[in-house]
Amino acid sequence: MSNLPENLRYTSSHEWVQPLEDGTVRVGITDYAQHALGDMVYVELPDLGSSYPAQAECAVVESVKSASDLYCPLAGEVVEINEALNDAPELINQAPYGEGWIFRIRPDNPDDIEVVAEEEKE
Amino acid sequence: MVEFAGWDMPLHYGSQIEEHHSVRSAAGMFDVSHMTVLDLEGMGARGFLRHLLANDIEKLSDGQALYSCMLNERGGVVDDLIAYDLGDHRYRLVTNAGTRGKVVPWVRTQAAGFDVRVTERQDLGLIAVQGPKAVGSTPRLLPPLLREAAQRLPRFHAASDGNLLVARTGYTGEDGFEVMLPAEDCVPFWEELQQAGVRPVGLGARDTLRLEAGMNLYGADMDETTTPFQCGLGWTVAFEPKDRAFIGREKLESPETQAQTVIRVGLVLLGKGVLRAHQRVEAPGLGTGVITSGGFSPTLGVAIALARVPAGIGANADVEIRGKWQPARVVKPPFVRKGRNCISTIETPKRS
Repeated sequence: MSNLPENLRYTSSHEWVQPLEDGTVRVGITDYAQHALGDMVYVELPDLGSSYPAQAECAVVESVKSASDLYCPLAGEVVEINEALNDAPELINQAPYGEGWIFRIRPDNPDDIEVVAEEEKE
Repeated sequence: MVEFAGWDMPLHYGSQIEEHHSVRSAAGMFDVSHMTVLDLEGMGARGFLRHLLANDIEKLSDGQALYSCMLNERGGVVDDLIAYDLGDHRYRLVTNAGTRGKVVPWVRTQAAGFDVRVTERQDLGLIAVQGPKAVGSTPRLLPPLLREAAQRLPRFHAASDGNLLVARTGYTGEDGFEVMLPAEDCVPFWEELQQAGVRPVGLGARDTLRLEAGMNLYGADMDETTTPFQCGLGWTVAFEPKDRAFIGREKLESPETQAQTVIRVGLVLLGKGVLRAHQRVEAPGLGTGVITSGGFSPTLGVAIALARVPAGIGANADVEIRGKWQPARVVKPPFVRKGRNCISTIETPKRS
């Protein structure tokens, strides 16, 4: 990926997490994950304003191949969802770390970000 | 790459959706050498196939192909296949890869008592070239003897020469050819097709193409517990002439099978989401059914499925997707044929 954003952290289930300056974090899936899943055809986004515990199933990404749950990397409230994915789920394939981001949450505990690894696992 | 029936198969060569579109709009090729090829030869071959197959080979003349099921005594589908009449008491059956372990012994067992020799052709490869431009690009790459025959080949006919066979058949709902040739000739043929602009297509797009074309997948939409009536293949069963005693006939003619309480339909999801195999279908007032195969249709931009549902189902049904019931329209497959939407009464959002 040529436009890999800085400060990314990764979960073992292939989500990425990017801490932003306002204390919220942006979440998406890794290039490895989008490649393994194949062409995306539908994304079930989390509900705006709802809160999820860490590791809760909060979204679903469906590719031509299969449906995969997305796990909330850390406990918090969903403050923004990427509505562009409703009409263009392929953004996840085209720019998994950029326009293909999925949602943004405000963590219940800002220190939780430290439990998300800094290195991507494959 | 994925494992499929003991073969390593490419799921896609880059993008499944782009491969799908290339077959609908231009030409794509599939390495389907995993399919099982059986040659039948002998004075009793025709009589044997009239016993083995639910469709009647008697309808065929030299060079024609026939789609058929072979059934067990309970009327269940042992496999679906294409039979080619090669002339001179020779026939070729192309059956599924996943069923090879049971089908080869099944055919050999049933052949006892007939003057027929059954040979499995593991020496042959099979390359399908499909799409509106396939008919133009393929013939000139064939050996001279088959070239002219291929150009004049009508739909569902085949021409052969020694170990080569070219048939105007396929599993995509598009025009095109299926070419059987010695395994060692497959790579050069594939490379020439690629140079002629034919795009390699993987197993993933093969599945979405056949689903759009409303064609069954063995093991998903049908198996040994379903009769042809329950999986949309009643049209392939030849009950005439009445004295042809094919395997499974008695069961198909029994009153309980004739009642046909379960039928196969197509479904189109009206909202967003994806229909998948095993999702439950509710036919209002009639009971429940099940999706046997489903997915996202790249041509239509919506989710489509084949489903087994109570007979008498109306125009609408609901499908359970992750615990929520979503409305779907009930349609008669195919969904897409020759690049065209066959369910045009339904507005489909066109996605780029």
